[in-house]
Amino acid sequence: MSIDKTSTPPEGQTVENPEAAAGAATAVDPRLLVREQGFAGYITEFKRKIKAGDLGSLPVVIGLVIIWIIFQSLNSNFLTAGNLSDISVAMVGTGMIAIGIVFVLLLGEIDLSVGSVSGVAGATFAVLNITNGMNEVLALVLAVLTGTAAGAIHGFVFARIGVPAFAVTLAGLLFWQGFMLQILGDNGTINLNDGIVTKLTSYYFSDVAAAYGLAVVAVAAYFLTGFLGNRRREAAGIPSRPLSDLVLRTVLLAVVSFAVAIVYNQYKGLPLAVVLFLAVLVLTDFVLRRTAYGRKVFALGGSVEASRRAGINVELVRISVFAIAGTFAAIGGLFVASKIAAANQGAGTGEFLMNVIAAAVIGGTSLFGGRGRTWNALLGVLVIVSIQYGLALEGIAAPVQYMITGGVLLATVIIDAVTRKTQKTAGRA
Amino acid sequence: MVHVSATPVLALRGVSKRFGAVQALTDVELEVHAGEVVALVGDNGAGKSTLVKTIAGVHPIDEGVIEWEGKAVQVNKPNDAQNLGIATVYQDLALCDNIDVVGNLFLGREIRRRGVLDEVEMERRSRELLDTLSIRIPSVRIPIASLSGGQRQVVAIARSMLGEPKLVILDEPTAALGVEQTAQVLDLVERLRERGHAVILISHNMADVKAVADKVAVLRLGRNNGVFEVRSTSQEEIISAITGATDNAVTRRAARTNGEIKK
Repeated sequence: MSIDKTSTPPEGQTVENPEAAAGAATAVDPRLLVREQGFAGYITEFKRKIKAGDLGSLPVVIGLVIIWIIFQSLNSNFLTAGNLSDISVAMVGTGMIAIGIVFVLLLGEIDLSVGSVSGVAGATFAVLNITNGMNEVLALVLAVLTGTAAGAIHGFVFARIGVPAFAVTLAGLLFWQGFMLQILGDNGTINLNDGIVTKLTSYYFSDVAAAYGLAVVAVAAYFLTGFLGNRRREAAGIPSRPLSDLVLRTVLLAVVSFAVAIVYNQYKGLPLAVVLFLAVLVLTDFVLRRTAYGRKVFALGGSVEASRRAGINVELVRISVFAIAGTFAAIGGLFVASKIAAANQGAGTGEFLMNVIAAAVIGGTSLFGGRGRTWNALLGVLVIVSIQYGLALEGIAAPVQYMITGGVLLATVIIDAVTRKTQKTAGRA
Repeated sequence: MVHVSATPVLALRGVSKRFGAVQALTDVELEVHAGEVVALVGDNGAGKSTLVKTIAGVHPIDEGVIEWEGKAVQVNKPNDAQNLGIATVYQDLALCDNIDVVGNLFLGREIRRRGVLDEVEMERRSRELLDTLSIRIPSVRIPIASLSGGQRQVVAIARSMLGEPKLVILDEPTAALGVEQTAQVLDLVERLRERGHAVILISHNMADVKAVADKVAVLRLGRNNGVFEVRSTSQEEIISAITGATDNAVTRRAARTNGEIKK
């Protein structure tokens, strides 16, 4: 009965379930909304999803376009290749941390310590590599592992001892900030030598072929995975997406990737930071949606009791998710340090944490758990950094920046709460 | 008629269970054969849930013997019960609202191909399973939140069938359902019997019990109060066994109005 009444097709295009028709024996409940075959069916399905509040990334994409149009009309330098390229490099640090936050939000929890942990990672690297002269790679690995350990400790106290994640990570926020200041010592700032970490955000593949090549590989890989997946589904006799749908998505992806490639090639070329960010996004998205581990994370966000009864080791998954958040906080921290080529006392403090959480949420990850993708982090951080750069171009000071970012965040969580309500009445949440 | 095996799949012999000062179960006997639906009825606090939990391994028994296919077994953990082939569907269905039907059916036992979730195979098997049980849901790829109460119940039951259990325990499967949905679930219970599963059905609803059960085992205050063949027993007889024929609200009221018992 909870099958959504409001979205019953008004034009009377209720469709017979093709499988049931083949099976023939049982009559299909006429209220059931089953997708039409072919592309037309895809459009009706899409319309129904929108009505039911299943907006996905649509609001944030529209929001991003509006933000870009506004800043471009204020200052024609905004949509130049140089500025866009800088935005995309600047967003990687925040974006990496936001990926970890997406994992935590999927559990329906929050991690307030990621800002401080990112600062600790930058400071750890600087102290080990510069002050103590440790091998750069070793220092980098240890810095990342510091983040993993910090996250695992938070996860342990939360999952095993049962302290709310909010409180644990709030304590972590203070502790790790103090820890960072302690190891940075009296000088406060340690400048980084030219090396791997500084290269993270300063290296560009200047060969034109790099950006285009990556675009070609991405588009081809997307199409092939979709196509082979469809073939397997057809062979197994289960419904697959129409080919026209896949082609449309591929064309869309191709347009975006080549547009981005052209922009990069007009400036310094393809930034290494962006390549790494995209690689991590692909990897984490794969882990969340295609592995048993990812399924467990989503299950915990849906119902802890159901997960426990299904034999999922709830504690272990929780600890691991916080360890992942800590790891990505550390990786992000290294990118932030790389951008300014120094580890300083201000790293990971102030509004930085809020920007990270805002990025994950603005991208469309639900605060209520169980809904979201790591790609959301990319969209969200694009919005946040676009606002920062746009306002900086206009010479608007930080107070106004905070207010605007706050407003955008509020709008996003309102959208989240409202769509969740709509989804509930439409029976999809 | 369905073939009923000679040796019961599950037999409880003189099972007792205490919680502190409360004797929840006393010398309870119960037999369930393959291809048989046994309804377990009784008033609130009669020990139905406790009995089911002892079988499911949630509460180990204090005294007595649990026999599985004629052999005495120890059931101390939920895993023990699962390994024997006992599947339990509790009243709160324990499904994840945000995950689709396929994901829920295979939650905790995902099929993997080279370490990666094999969505195609899981979807194919889900459809196969739902088809053999004649379960109709709009799509196996929509989140559980989109399903009605009855549909969720049948998904939960279908999930218990994935491990090919010999005995399925259903705890009040129709308690929160409408007329039509109840019929769907009862149909499913009949299909389980046709496929040779033994079924223990806990229910408060006499109409449901009469509709699908072969036998009715009545519990009263933690003790057996009779096992009846459903076809040859009237509803009144079962109810009087549940309430205690000589001592129930009706007789007490009659007595009270005669002034023999003061409250």
